[in-house]
Amino acid sequence: MAGADGDDSLYPIAVLIDELRNEDVQLRLNSIKKLSTIALALGVERTRTELLPFLTDTIYDEDEVLLALAEQLGNFTMLVGGPEYVHCLLPPLESLATVEETVVRDKAVESLRKISQEHSPVDLEVHFEPLVKRLASGDWFTSRTSACGLFSVCYPRVSSTVKAEIRQHFRTLCSDDTPMVRRAAASKLGEFAKVLELDYVKSDIISLFTALASDEQDSVRLLAVEACVSIATLLPQEDLETLVMPTLRQAAEDKSWRVRYMVADKFSELQKAVGPEITKNDLVPAFQNLLKDCEAEVRAAAANKVKEFCENLPEDNREQIIMTHILPCVKELVSDTNQHVKSALASVIMGLSTILGKDNTIEHLLPLFLAQLKDECPEVRLNIISNLDCVNEVIGIRQLSQSLLPAIVELAEDAKWRVRLAIIEYMPLLAGQLGVEFFDEKLNTLCMAWLIDHVYAIREAATCNLMKLVEKFGAEWAQNTIVPKVLGMANDPNYLHRMTTLFCINVIVHCCGYPYREITTKQMLPVVLKMSNDQVANVRFNVAKSLQKIGPVLDSNALQTEVKPVLEKLASDTDMDVKYFAQEAISVLALA
Amino acid sequence: MTKCSKDALRCDNSCGGDNCVKQRTKCALLIKSAASTAGIGAVPASRTVSCWMRPEVWTGPASPPSPSSSLICRYQDPEPADLSMEEESDTRKINNSFLRDHNYATEADIISTVEFNSSGELLATGDKGGRVVVFQREQESKSQPQRRGEYNVYSTFQSHEPEFDYLKSLEIEEKINKIKWLPQQNAAYFLLSTNDKTVKLWKISERDKRPEGYNLKDEDGRIKDPSTITSLRVPVLQPMDLMVEATARRVFSNAHTYHINSISVNSDLQTFISTDDLRVNLWNLEITDRSFNIVDIKPANMEELTEVITSAEFHPQQCHTFAYSSSKGSIRLCDMRQAALCDKHCKYFEEPEDPSTRSFFSEIISSISDVKFSHNGRYLMTRDYLTVKVWDLQMENKPLETYQVHDYLRGKLCSLYENDCIFDKFECVWNGSDSVIMTGSYNNFFRMFDRNTKRDVTLEASRENSKPRAILKPRKVCVGGKRRKDEISVDSLDFSKKILHTTWHPHENIIAVAATNNLYIFQDKVN
Repeated sequence: MAGADGDDSLYPIAVLIDELRNEDVQLRLNSIKKLSTIALALGVERTRTELLPFLTDTIYDEDEVLLALAEQLGNFTMLVGGPEYVHCLLPPLESLATVEETVVRDKAVESLRKISQEHSPVDLEVHFEPLVKRLASGDWFTSRTSACGLFSVCYPRVSSTVKAEIRQHFRTLCSDDTPMVRRAAASKLGEFAKVLELDYVKSDIISLFTALASDEQDSVRLLAVEACVSIATLLPQEDLETLVMPTLRQAAEDKSWRVRYMVADKFSELQKAVGPEITKNDLVPAFQNLLKDCEAEVRAAAANKVKEFCENLPEDNREQIIMTHILPCVKELVSDTNQHVKSALASVIMGLSTILGKDNTIEHLLPLFLAQLKDECPEVRLNIISNLDCVNEVIGIRQLSQSLLPAIVELAEDAKWRVRLAIIEYMPLLAGQLGVEFFDEKLNTLCMAWLIDHVYAIREAATCNLMKLVEKFGAEWAQNTIVPKVLGMANDPNYLHRMTTLFCINVIVHCCGYPYREITTKQMLPVVLKMSNDQVANVRFNVAKSLQKIGPVLDSNALQTEVKPVLEKLASDTDMDVKYFAQEAISVLALA
Repeated sequence: MTKCSKDALRCDNSCGGDNCVKQRTKCALLIKSAASTAGIGAVPASRTVSCWMRPEVWTGPASPPSPSSSLICRYQDPEPADLSMEEESDTRKINNSFLRDHNYATEADIISTVEFNSSGELLATGDKGGRVVVFQREQESKSQPQRRGEYNVYSTFQSHEPEFDYLKSLEIEEKINKIKWLPQQNAAYFLLSTNDKTVKLWKISERDKRPEGYNLKDEDGRIKDPSTITSLRVPVLQPMDLMVEATARRVFSNAHTYHINSISVNSDLQTFISTDDLRVNLWNLEITDRSFNIVDIKPANMEELTEVITSAEFHPQQCHTFAYSSSKGSIRLCDMRQAALCDKHCKYFEEPEDPSTRSFFSEIISSISDVKFSHNGRYLMTRDYLTVKVWDLQMENKPLETYQVHDYLRGKLCSLYENDCIFDKFECVWNGSDSVIMTGSYNNFFRMFDRNTKRDVTLEASRENSKPRAILKPRKVCVGGKRRKDEISVDSLDFSKKILHTTWHPHENIIAVAATNNLYIFQDKVN
C-alpha cells in the first residue's frame, strides 16, 4: 500500500510519524492516537518489522502517551496481519507492563488480556505463556504485579502440563517478598479461582487464600476479604463451613481495623456468597459486632450496609432477626459519638420501614427518625430528609411533619451556606411529599427568603428551585403565589435582588411557556421593561438577556411595539456590555 | 488507605483556623531549633573554603569498623570527566554553578540532608538551595582496584524552588529538609524530597537510545520538500551517550500548616508519612490530592502548647507501626491497626528526669532531634543535644544504652544558648548490622559508638586534617586543665562547623558525612 499512492497521500502520514517524537507532548499524543493510520499506511509487514520494534523501546515517554499506546496496541491485531501474527504485539506490551505508573501497567495488562483471546492455542503456549513466565519471574516487582493479572486468561486454554506451571507461578507470587506483589496476587485470587478446576480450587486456592488472609501486612489481608466473596460462590455449600468460614470469621475479628472495615464494606456480597444458613448462624453475630466496633470507620461502613443486610435476610424469620439482633444495635448508633457513623446510618435507616411494615415503623423506627431529625450534625438531618419518600410510602408523612418542620427551618437558616444549599435541593422532593397546602402554609416563605440570601450560590439555587416547584404545582399556582412576590422585588433597593427578579422571571417564563402568555405579557413584561431604566448596568444588560428569553413567548404586536423600542434604547446605552447583549437580543429575536 | 472512606478520616487538605498570629509565635518559639539552623547563614563565606562535591574516602581495616581503629582517608580532586555525563542533560546550568562555586561557598550550598538508597549504590544529598545531587558508586574495575567504590555525580536537579504563600504572607524556603529513597521497583530510581511544606516524588532514570531518521527533515535537520517524499521512514533507535534524567512524578502539597521535619516510607510500599511540628499525615504514594491526618497534637488553645513533634519514622518491617519523637524527650509508638486516628499511642518511651541535674536548659537539651528504628526493627535510637540513646521496643521506662556525644559541652550550655547552637538538630544513624551508631558534633567532629565493645571514637571531617587515602586519626577533646599534644581544648572548638547529617551504607562500611557545604565519604581500607 505504501509508496504506490504518490506523494500527496504520503505527506500526512509522514507528518504523523515524525510527530511520534515531537517535543510537544500533545502532538506526540495525537500521533499515538492515530497509530492505526500509520500502521495502515505502512502495511502489515513494515508495521511488524519496523514500527513495533520502535514502539517497544519508546517507554521513556510521558504517562499519558504510554497509556494511549498501551490502549492502541490492544486493538492492533488486524494491523499486524491478523491472529496469525498477533504475538508480534507482545514485546511492546511487555515493556509497558513493567513501567512504574500503575495506570499504564494496568492498561498494558488489559490489552494483553484482550489479545490473548486472539492467540491460537498453539501460539498461546509458544508466545504468550513464556511472556507471562518472564513477567512472573522478573527482577522488578512492577513486572511481577503485572503477571498476576495474566494467569487467568491463559489458564483455560493451555495443556495440563503448562497449567501446572501456571499454578506454580501463581503460588510463588502469593508468597513474594514484596507486599506490592502479594497485594496484586491477592486481588487476582478470586478471578484466578474462577478459571481453575474445582479440585484445584480446594487444594491450591484455599491454602493460598488462607495464607494471604493471615499475611503479616494488613494491606494484603484486607484484599483477601474480596477474594473470599468469589471463592465462596465457587464452592459447594457443604464445603464453605470448613474451607472458608474459619478465615472469614478471623477477618471479621482481625486486629487491624482496615481488615474489619473491608469485611463491613463487602458485607452484602459476603452475605449473598455464603447463603442464608451461614448468614443466620455466623454473619448476624458478626454484623452485630461490626456495628459495635471500637473504630468509627468500621461502624460507619457497617451502618451503611444495615438496610441491604436486612433486605437480604431470609424472609421466614427476617423480622425476628431484625427486631431482636439488629435493631438494638441501630438504636445505639443513633446516638453514636461519631457524626460520620450517624450520618451513614441516617442515609439508610429510612429504608428499614418498608421491610418492617407500618406498625413496627411507628413503634420502633419513628422515635429514631425523630431523634435524628434533631441531631446536632446537619448532615444527619439532611440524610433523613433526603430519604423521606421511603417512609411516606409506609406510614405517610403526616406522622413526621411536626418534627420535620422545625428541622427544615433550622437547616434553612443554617450559618453554613453549603447546608442551606443542600436543603434547597431537597425542597422539590419535600414539596411533592408534603403537598401544596402544607407547602404554601409553612415552606413558601423559606423559599422566598432564599431568593434574597447574601450568597449568590443560594440565590441561584433558589431560582432553580422555583422552576422545579412551578413544574410540580403548575402555572396557575405560580401566578397566584410566586409571581406577585417575585415582581415585588423589582423595586428592591439592592440591585442584586433586582437581578434575582429577572432570573426568576426567566425560569418562570421557561416553565409556564406559551399557554400562559397572559401572565407573561400582562404581569411580567411591564416590570422587565421598566427595569430597563435601572441605574445599574448589570441590571440593564440582564433586562436585555431576559427579553431575549421572553421574546419567543410574546405575540408579534407586543414584540414590535413594546420590546423593540426598549432594546433599541439599550443598544445605544453607554455601557459596552449592555449594548452587546441588547444587540444580541435584537438579532436573536429578529427585530432588526 | 485507598479503601477508606475519605470523609470519615480527618482530611487535612483544608488546614484552616491556624492563622492566629499570636498563637503561632509561641509555637515558633518552641520550634526555635528549626529556625536557628538558618544561623549558619551568618558564617562568612571566607571561612568555609571548599568545593562542593569532593569525594573523600575513608579507609580502615577490612574488619568491621571498630571505631578506635586507625582510618585511612583519601582525597580526590573533582575531575572534569566526572561531570561530562551531566553536561548532556538539561541540568547543565546547575552544574556550571557548581564549578563556579569551586572556591567559595554560598548559603545555598549548605548540605541539609544526605541519604543512601537501599542498595547503597546511590547517595543523595539535598541542600539549602533546593537542589538534589545524586552520586553513583563506580563499578569495581580490576585495572584500578584502588578506585573501588568511588562515588561520582550521577544526576543533579532542582527539586524545590522558593515560594511565597500569599494567603499567610509566608515565605517558603526551598531548603531540602529530608530525602528518602523508595525501594527499587523497576530500572529507574525513585526518591521523595521535602522542603517545609511540599513533598515531591522524583524519578531518576537512564536513557541510552535515541530515535533517528525523520521523514520531513534530512540528516542535517533541513526541511525536505514534501513533494520529494516517495516512501515512509520509521525512526530507528540508535545507541547514544548515557543520559540521566530526573522528573518530578508527583507533588504532595497543601497538607501541612507547620514545617515538615521528616518523611518516612512505609514497608507496604504503598504509603508514606510526612510529619510537621504538630501533625502526622499519611499519604498514598499514588494519590496527591488527599492525605489523612493520623496524629494531631495541636491543643484547642495554642497557649496550652507544651510540646511539638520533632521526627517520625515507620517501622522497617511492620507496616502498621510508626514512632514519633517529641521536644519533651519522649517517643511514642503508634499502631495503625487499632484505630484510624493514632492520637492514642500504644507505647510511650521516656526516661525519668534526674532531679539533681535539672537546670534552665534541661528541657531544651532533652528535646529529641532524630529517631531511627534499627534495621532489624527491635530498637529505637534517639538523639538529643548531648546524648544518643538506644531503646528496646519492649522496655519503655528507660533506654537500653546511653552514649555521651559531647558531654564536655555541659558546662558551656549558656553560651551555646546565646549563639542558638543549643537548638541544632543533630541526626543519628545505624550501621548495616545495627552494631555501630554514628552521630555528629561540632568542629567538624563526628562520633561512632560500637555497641558490642562499648568503644567510641571521635573523627574529624576536614580537608586540612585528612589527606586522601590517609587513615583518619581519632581526635580528642581535652576536658581538664592539662592539654596533651594532639588534643584540642573545648574553648577552641569551632561551633559554626557542625556535622548534622550523616548516613551509613546499608551493607558496607561506607559512610557519608555532610560538613556544611562539603560531603565526605569514608570507607574501609582497600588492601
